[in-house]
Amino acid sequence: MSKHYGVLAMLAASLVAGCGGAGAGGAGEPQAQIGGASGTELAELQVLRVGNGAELQTLDPHHAEDTASFNVQMNLYEGLVAEAANGDLVPGVAKDWTISEDGKTYVFNMRPEARWSNGDPLTAEDFVYSFRRGVDPKTLSVYSYILTPLLHADDITAGKRPVEDLGVRAIDEHTLEIKLANPTPYFLGLLSHSMSTPVHRATLEAHGEQWTRPGNLVGNGAFKLDEWVVQSHVKVVRNPYYWDNANTKLEEVYFYATEDQNAELQRFRALELDMTEIIPSAQINFLRENYAKELVVAPYLGSYYYGFNVTRPPFKDNPKLRRALSLAVNRDVITKQILNVGQISSYGFVPPITGYTQQNMVEASWTQEQREAEAKKLYAEAGYGPDKQLRTQIMYNTQEDHRRIAVAIQQMWKQVLGVEAEILNQEWKVFIDTRNRKVDTQVYRQGWIGDYNDPFTYLELMRSTAGQNDTGYNNPEYDRLVAASQSAAEPHARMELLQEAERQLLADMPLMPLYIYVRPRMVQPWVGGYESNIMDHHRHKYTYILKH
Amino acid sequence: MLSYTIRRLLGAIPTLLILIGVAFFLIRAAPGGPFDRERSLLPEIEANLNAAYHLDEPLYQQFGRYLWGLLHFDFGPSFQYRDYTVTELIVQGFPVSLTLGSIAIVVALLVGISAGSIAALKQNSRWDHGVMALSMTGISIPNFVMAPLLVLVFAVNLRWLPAGGLGDGSLRNLVLPVTALALPQIAYLARLTRGSMIEVLRSNFVRTARAQGLPTWQVIVRHALKPALLPVVSYLGPATAHVITGSVVIEQIFSRPGLGRFFVTGALNRDYTLVMGVVVFYGVLIIVFNFLVDLAYAWLDPKVRYR
Repeated sequence: MSKHYGVLAMLAASLVAGCGGAGAGGAGEPQAQIGGASGTELAELQVLRVGNGAELQTLDPHHAEDTASFNVQMNLYEGLVAEAANGDLVPGVAKDWTISEDGKTYVFNMRPEARWSNGDPLTAEDFVYSFRRGVDPKTLSVYSYILTPLLHADDITAGKRPVEDLGVRAIDEHTLEIKLANPTPYFLGLLSHSMSTPVHRATLEAHGEQWTRPGNLVGNGAFKLDEWVVQSHVKVVRNPYYWDNANTKLEEVYFYATEDQNAELQRFRALELDMTEIIPSAQINFLRENYAKELVVAPYLGSYYYGFNVTRPPFKDNPKLRRALSLAVNRDVITKQILNVGQISSYGFVPPITGYTQQNMVEASWTQEQREAEAKKLYAEAGYGPDKQLRTQIMYNTQEDHRRIAVAIQQMWKQVLGVEAEILNQEWKVFIDTRNRKVDTQVYRQGWIGDYNDPFTYLELMRSTAGQNDTGYNNPEYDRLVAASQSAAEPHARMELLQEAERQLLADMPLMPLYIYVRPRMVQPWVGGYESNIMDHHRHKYTYILKH
Repeated sequence: MLSYTIRRLLGAIPTLLILIGVAFFLIRAAPGGPFDRERSLLPEIEANLNAAYHLDEPLYQQFGRYLWGLLHFDFGPSFQYRDYTVTELIVQGFPVSLTLGSIAIVVALLVGISAGSIAALKQNSRWDHGVMALSMTGISIPNFVMAPLLVLVFAVNLRWLPAGGLGDGSLRNLVLPVTALALPQIAYLARLTRGSMIEVLRSNFVRTARAQGLPTWQVIVRHALKPALLPVVSYLGPATAHVITGSVVIEQIFSRPGLGRFFVTGALNRDYTLVMGVVVFYGVLIIVFNFLVDLAYAWLDPKVRYR
């Protein structure tokens, strides 16, 4: 699709979607009878139809890397630890566990009644096999770093040790021991990740590459695979062998591929979907007015920021200039006027995480005028001014919201400091390639959605050796603090180290934080048991359909 | 006629080879690769991935391997959809596109040619102006405006028809996408038919047929329609190939799991094998349809046959 064509298409789509009015749609209809007289009465047909965004890439938990795949997989497989509807960690296949004094040895007592979806008993050996498969370099697992905390995992993935050396051992049929390289307080959270879920060895060996097909796939989650039509839908049905099957209410869940956000919204409005993956952000005002009850906006574990390439001039060895540019940006204009979905202006890198004291730039509590005054001062101190303006370039991946933000920042820099910034967009794959080479970039857009609910998923990214540190930031003190946090056994001390690391990062300012993400989606009023959570994980064993 | 057919078929082979070659090297020339991630992969994993998909071999060797695979109808594994091979994806997607596309083409032909003929026969009448005005609108309103409008009116507001998806596979689910896909074709075909029909109606052999006292319908159906359809037929070849391999826009808006969307997602994800697969498949279809058009020409126009 050419650029102009794309813009036209979007324009047209927003025009069309915007002019509909509520019509026969949601808002105007009487909805008093939802849930029957008691309000909690269940519908006869327990079928949930979910918009799932782009087509999922795989149903193999060790190959998955996209949210579409994760969304389905968390209903097909269950790890030792699982999540409640609100995202809290709860026992999964393990009914309880003990953690050694030094925080490096976990012993899990598995539920003896746990079974695979074909009725086979689920044993500790299954987990040993699956963890080994996850770290085995032959598995070609893109997300293998999730299992890094396991003893020897890194060496195995690097091909330096055999997989049998992995720190996972079956003590008996239903007891599993896991040894870690370092005390890792967020380890239980990793156990709910797709990478830590078990795969059924006999199925893999019998069907090879074809093992994830309907009819072949054997899982251990609340649902089992029934249909998969690529680009159309995945249908899962109740798994009668699931240990908690008595509490599952839904009989079927359809995950529809809904790549086009406007089309997804129309399908929701036509009552073909019970919930959407997201909303087209341009529709936010229309939806607020007409679908207030259905629109659900929740905080999301994601941070949006601009990185500075600190390996080259003008940003190399120039923290004052970086700080000046950061302070000159009025974040509230971006979150309240440009995006306006509920995003939170941000002066720190790590989004709010339980147990972690959020760190902010010291100027966070100032007024914008004060920040701008300071920005001008720093800009002058960095050697720039009316007779020598900074000329730079903002690079972002092609997308409408990113463009609007880049244009706004370009203007703010121009107005407050006089900076001449040009903006340039690149298609995604080209963009990450350019960014990673650190040659042509100066200021670039980046965002990161946390893999697990712990500050480490953010702070590790800025280590000098990290694969995602496209700023080229390299401060040994920062690296030391992050490394020290990994071996700190005491949770409080560990958090302190991480907080100190973030303070260091914000003082050096290789990146400027802009906002914390939110997750907006549409949910029909008859969907029960659905709760928003920061990771946006939804296990539909908790979801049900109210009478309507 | 036979030698003509064979010559045409042999001529298709170099065309196809050039197409494969250009596509193969162009997609690899684009910056960024299939395994580039925001978070770079561990070097060992990346090396293993490259080895598994033979991306570590020299290009000419990869090309040879690809051609060898093609000879066995093996398009290779998809890089993006790791559970499927490209052949499987095409086999799943093509029938969906084919059903939608062929219905749309048949509808477009029936409606377009009839409307165009009527307009030509009643030239400058109210009928003619009506058809031409409608078809002008049909041509100038693009798919991506028409399709969401249809959804808004018939699915969201009236709730008569589904907004998208395969549904239960019934015809109901096809009405809106077929309409959206056929409308511009109808419009174009109507204009095309009208134009050439008017020209044919003024030609000497039609005047002769009329002078001999043949009834009007016989003049039109037996003598005028066939030559008038020549431009329509030449338009129809590529148009059919295009429509049945899936319209990206229509499939996107109506969430239909056809082939069209693989073009876009494949290219964006640098899914080399998937892009190659759809390009080759599409290329073969275009060549086949152009060939059929040439044969149809020979049937419709004796001048071609005896040349």
